[in-house]
Amino acid sequence: MTVATPTRPGSRGQGAVGRGIRAVTRARETGILLALVLVVVVATARNPSFLFSPDGFRDLLLTPSILVLAAVGQALVIITRNVDLSVGSVLGLSAYLAGRLFIDLEGIPPILVAVACVLFGAVLGLINGALIAIAKVPALVITLGTLYAYRGINVAWAGSSRINASDLPREFLALGTGQVLGIPILAILALVVLVAAAWYLRNTRSGREFYAIGSDPAAAELYGLRVTRRVIIAFVASGALAGLAGLLYAARYGTISSSAGTGFELQAVGAAVIGGVAIFGGSGTVWGAAIGAVLLLTINRALPVIGVADFWQRAVVGALIIGAIVLDRVLSLRQSRRLAAERDAQTTDAGTAESSSATATRTTSTGERTDD
Amino acid sequence: MTDTLTSPANSTEPVARTYRSHARPAWQRLLLTREVAIIALLVIVCVVAASTVRGFGTPITLRYLLLDVAPILLIALPMTLVIVTGQIDLSVASMVGLSSVLVGTLHAGGLPIPAAGLVALVVGVLGGALNGFLVTVVGLPSLAVTIGTLALYRGIAVGLLGTTAITDFPDFWTDLAQSRIAGGNVPTITIPFLVLAVVFVVLLHFTPFGRGIVAIGLGSEAATFSGIHVNRTKFILFMLTGVVSAFAGIYYTLRFGSARGDNATGLELQVIAAVLLGGVSIFGGRGALHGVIAGVLLIGVLGSALRLANVTSDVINIITGVLLVLSVVSSSFLAWLHRVRARPGRRGGVGTAAG
Repeated sequence: MTVATPTRPGSRGQGAVGRGIRAVTRARETGILLALVLVVVVATARNPSFLFSPDGFRDLLLTPSILVLAAVGQALVIITRNVDLSVGSVLGLSAYLAGRLFIDLEGIPPILVAVACVLFGAVLGLINGALIAIAKVPALVITLGTLYAYRGINVAWAGSSRINASDLPREFLALGTGQVLGIPILAILALVVLVAAAWYLRNTRSGREFYAIGSDPAAAELYGLRVTRRVIIAFVASGALAGLAGLLYAARYGTISSSAGTGFELQAVGAAVIGGVAIFGGSGTVWGAAIGAVLLLTINRALPVIGVADFWQRAVVGALIIGAIVLDRVLSLRQSRRLAAERDAQTTDAGTAESSSATATRTTSTGERTDD
Repeated sequence: MTDTLTSPANSTEPVARTYRSHARPAWQRLLLTREVAIIALLVIVCVVAASTVRGFGTPITLRYLLLDVAPILLIALPMTLVIVTGQIDLSVASMVGLSSVLVGTLHAGGLPIPAAGLVALVVGVLGGALNGFLVTVVGLPSLAVTIGTLALYRGIAVGLLGTTAITDFPDFWTDLAQSRIAGGNVPTITIPFLVLAVVFVVLLHFTPFGRGIVAIGLGSEAATFSGIHVNRTKFILFMLTGVVSAFAGIYYTLRFGSARGDNATGLELQVIAAVLLGGVSIFGGRGALHGVIAGVLLIGVLGSALRLANVTSDVINIITGVLLVLSVVSSSFLAWLHRVRARPGRRGGVGTAAG
């Protein structure tokens, strides 16, 4: 079974601190975090207002918040060896729902709208999850289908009409730009969700089962894990987070057309992959996915500062995704080679003892057989 | 005994075999398939549309239908082969965009269209080779690789041209892209499509290479041990996808007379939806090209008929999505039903719970 942060079985005689440092330096997330820091430092060196102006600092945290939410949901799904391509469509539908609720039910408290959006997203995710887990069909196909279906419903519902900022209550829009102690509310929300998801995946039994299912679905089933239920939960969570992201999208941008969130699914998958969540499940953390999301959108903003036309942003993102998965591959190859070397060393150490014990067992077994 | 071994096909004496060579009779094996179901659905939709939608049966509808689905038809051919091996290529639409931009910028830079097109095709081969290299040599999952190259190729296309569009193409070439065969109503693009279709049908269904493709999809390791060059096959298939996508990009550019970085965005999902609708298994090892072609045409015909019937285009999206979901869920359901019915000797109520 693949474990999120690979620990070295042969490490001996180090204290807890040493192990902690080792875990941090070995963690896959550290590399991506360093890349993020590098981007911010270079961009700030070119133009100090990238980080040190109030607007720059706010944008640094605010811009990626919505993608962080979707990337966390996507990471949950990918860890179970599935993928959710419908998040962009769910985001769009939920954002439009938020707008419509504010228009059609005047004076509705924003908290009710928020609950409605999250529940709506969860229901859409439930449809995905139920089809995938119960009918046992590949997630890629189902969520590709619902990507179209949900988007179609959105276009049929919205038509060519648009929801504008003037249609939305002011206190709701304030949520999108407001700050607490200089930190944007959206970033705080994203961080709360991130910490909750990370804690769940790392510390709870059912959270660990996500990794077990992603490592080997058949083995998880044989072991008696509730694979169907966990996969459905992953999709419901992804849908609910996409619903929340839709609500925040409405609050942040104010204008919602029927094409809101188009192409968002590939950004979310890309963020998770950059952050070290293996596309075939069983490894990675939501921290990585979140840092990947921040890195994606920060590069987007840093390129013009560095002097590259921002048209090249997508090419850089593509190169980054490829670089990240190649790096993962190299690291995992090195890891398995080292484990194999350690195993060989152990077998040669214990070689003589093992062979003698093997003969012992053989004699006992033959003895038993003659007894029969 | 030796007689039957040397000429088993011509021997008149009954071969002493106690089992049937096939589980089902020939007509069932030929007619009760996913491909035939999709073709039947296509025929039904065509008949219903022709009789109820005014203007659907006219030649001009057919012509524009073929012009519009041509890029999807073209790319669906190599994509089928890739998916049958159990891989996927999400970067095709970005390659269409990149090839379109290359044709545009090179032509604006003074190159004649054939030379620009040739460069675009070479870039298509190289792009496919990069995918193939990362998948086969480095050993990465194709889903992750092609999400990366999807962004990369699209990024290069947008980076080269920005938000501008190149629309200045010689009339000869833009007319050719829209022209019809011998003044009839079938667009000229169907000729290269038919040629490619024949090539790919022969390649997949009638060559050892094609049997190898199916074998890889059924079990990559088993295929290796039976002497199939698994990596070489996959590499070739990714290059084929790249070059056909580049060709579709050239057509796309000339058909609309416009080279833009964002040309054909999202086309990859349409292609994959059509391929899967046509009965190809996403797990690999199963699929036939006639089903795929019917799948592409089905989506195209539905879209065209609904547009003529003044149903807004969004319903087409819903139908595409629902068809896709239904096609996989129904096959999964039928397989389950088959298992339940075929379960031998379950008379008592002992453990009848499924799965």
